[in-house]
Amino acid sequence: MSSLEIKNLHVSTGDKEIVKGVTLTINSGEIHAVMGPNGTGKSTMAKAIAGHPDYVITQGDVLIDGKSILEKESDERAREGIFLAFQYPSEIPGVSIANFMRAALQARMAEGEEIDASAYYKRLYQKMDLLKIDRKFTSRSVNEGFSGGEKKRSEILQMALLEPKFALMDETDSGLDIDALRIVSDGVNSLRGPNLGILLITHYQRLLSYIVPDHVHVMIEGRIVKSGDKSLALELESRGYDWVKQELATA
Amino acid sequence: MSEITDTLETTLENPVSGIDQSSGNFKYDMTYDFDAGTGLNERTVDYISSVKKEAPWIHDFRQSALKTFFAKPLPTHWATRDLENINFDKIRYYLSQGQKPKRTWAEVPEDIKRTFERLGIPEQERKFLAGVEAQFDSEAAYSNIKEAVSKQGVIFMNSTEALREHPEIFRKYFGKVIPTGDNKFSALNSAVFSGGSFIYVPPGVKVSHPLQAYFRINAENFGQFERTLIICDEGSELTYMEGCTAPKFSTATLHSAVVELVALKGAKIQYITVQNWSSNVFNLVTKRGLAHEEAEIKWIDCNIGSRLTMKYPGVVLKGRKSRGEVISIALANDGQHQDTGAKMVHAADETTSTVVSKSISVGQGRATYRGVVHIPKNLKGCKNNTECDALLINTNSRTDTYPAITVRGDRHAVQHEASVSKVSAEQIFYMQQRGLTEGQAMSLSVNGFINDLARQFPMEYSVELKRLIDLEMEGSVG
Ligand SMILES: Nc1ncnc2c1ncn2[C@@H]1O[C@H](COP(=O)(O)OP(=O)(O)O)[C@@H](O)[C@H]1O
Ligand SMILES: [Mg+2]
Repeated sequence: MSSLEIKNLHVSTGDKEIVKGVTLTINSGEIHAVMGPNGTGKSTMAKAIAGHPDYVITQGDVLIDGKSILEKESDERAREGIFLAFQYPSEIPGVSIANFMRAALQARMAEGEEIDASAYYKRLYQKMDLLKIDRKFTSRSVNEGFSGGEKKRSEILQMALLEPKFALMDETDSGLDIDALRIVSDGVNSLRGPNLGILLITHYQRLLSYIVPDHVHVMIEGRIVKSGDKSLALELESRGYDWVKQELATA
Repeated sequence: MSEITDTLETTLENPVSGIDQSSGNFKYDMTYDFDAGTGLNERTVDYISSVKKEAPWIHDFRQSALKTFFAKPLPTHWATRDLENINFDKIRYYLSQGQKPKRTWAEVPEDIKRTFERLGIPEQERKFLAGVEAQFDSEAAYSNIKEAVSKQGVIFMNSTEALREHPEIFRKYFGKVIPTGDNKFSALNSAVFSGGSFIYVPPGVKVSHPLQAYFRINAENFGQFERTLIICDEGSELTYMEGCTAPKFSTATLHSAVVELVALKGAKIQYITVQNWSSNVFNLVTKRGLAHEEAEIKWIDCNIGSRLTMKYPGVVLKGRKSRGEVISIALANDGQHQDTGAKMVHAADETTSTVVSKSISVGQGRATYRGVVHIPKNLKGCKNNTECDALLINTNSRTDTYPAITVRGDRHAVQHEASVSKVSAEQIFYMQQRGLTEGQAMSLSVNGFINDLARQFPMEYSVELKRLIDLEMEGSVG
């Protein structure tokens, strides 16, 4: 049982403050959805937690099991169990998914230890089958020439292989048709369990009928302005973000 | 042959695993029995020629080359002015412990043997090579060819021995592909050359495993000038691999080789270089092959390290239907300049040349591509395909491309493609987010960039290349 604590997090890029004091605790086993309109700072928050060098944390803290991770490089945070499923995953020309994940797993092993290649491939294929990813993808370059849906599935595949403690999933539903959405959701649901905490970023409630969250938070202009259970998502769906904004203005 | 074939299977694994090859950056303090002193003049050349007990013709050849060297200016009208920082008076031109290489590793002096063991050479020899020559500073310390291969009539020895033992073949081809006056550094090499390989493969003999030479610089303020001459007689085939390293000194080291290849009718030569010089080495090498009718010469040239490398392997396509190919990979790290390319001279009908160049520039590293493709008007049915790709890591990196394609007449097919791509900060972050260190992430990008080339290489070579890239990229992270 682990916890990811986000405490009064302020994030800037350049001179501009984008995340303005977010506090949120995710325990393993839980799924927290963060919803909000475009440009509100959801991706910025996720990337700052993962250690993206463009984003400066000016105040607050992020802790795993009570220990701050802010002094650590992004790769160390990753090896400690933070996984970011990117809204816009990068392409790595010439590097196959199989080799990429093999390198990522190798990076988690002790010095002098070698990954067992045949066991690795067995596991890779098993996860690919689970996510209904064609075997020919193993040798294709990471994200190169992938459709939107393929990129998202490849992110989930990586998450399945790396077995993080906490997954920050950024707009995993965007660009997916209904079939792809179902496959991706099934994949995430199969990874759900007592050892994984998920922060699910989306601005549509659609995803949340497939991946049912324990908590829902509404983020507007860099702040979490409202939290509730899954019914909050439905309310947002029918009444829109303007409703929350109006509530804020009158409060 | 069976001895070699039996061990082939084990080579499919990493041939260098288990050997500490982590760096070429180590040296032993040596005392040299033969030392031409510091600086260059006629007496330096006399000394080299006399310790080798050379025939008068070669002594004269050297002295005349020395005059050419002094007469020629540095090519700074087109090349980098960094060349002006080479102080020819501060260099030692000949250092050795003797002119006769040992035939077994047991006889090789302890420090030299240990050097090559650390570099994994005896291990590789046992596993997949048909023969090895290991040069330490100016002379080969070890040289051996598997009996099965020498029984086929293959000659493999260093240039010092070859001049004594096979003067008739040597003299016939020596200096014919690359004349002394080709450039200032070929003239320098012609004056003071020592070591390097001499290979003759008789007609029809297909050497089934690579012959390898390893060039090691150990001494400070030193210049290594090996001279390699390979002749493949009609219908024969050979793969030759060379590797090189030197420890890092604060002073400049000079490496200036000349390599001449002759592929007679229908012969095939594949020449592979894995170069991993330390960042104080000026590496100024002239390499050219002459392809007769239906012959094929392929250069696989991988340049890692050095302060400045200038190297443009070439093929003169002299015979009808001959083919030439250059595959070049250059990695220019911070403070390094890789000035590489290819030279294809079509001199007969229906000749084909291919150039694929991939360069990687990191930090302040600078990569330059210079290509020459020459197809004269009177020929017909010639083809050239040139592809130059550059990868930039960090915005300061610099890359220049100077392709010079002179094609006259309209009966030829010529294609040229070039691309420049960048490893973005976003890409690096993406990989780091999966747990790779920055160095590992850069290394993976570089390996991805050259992947389509590397997988055409012999297994042992692509494993070695990947290892060197990993080391270089690990070291480039501040
Ligand atoms: N690297 C950056 N440089 C400058 N502005 C940025 C950068 N990243 C995000 N922003 C700005 O921060 C705001 C929040 O963006 P983002 O976090 O992507 O929002 P969301 O994910 O909620 O749509 C936007 O106004 C966006 O333009
Ligand atoms: Mg976003």
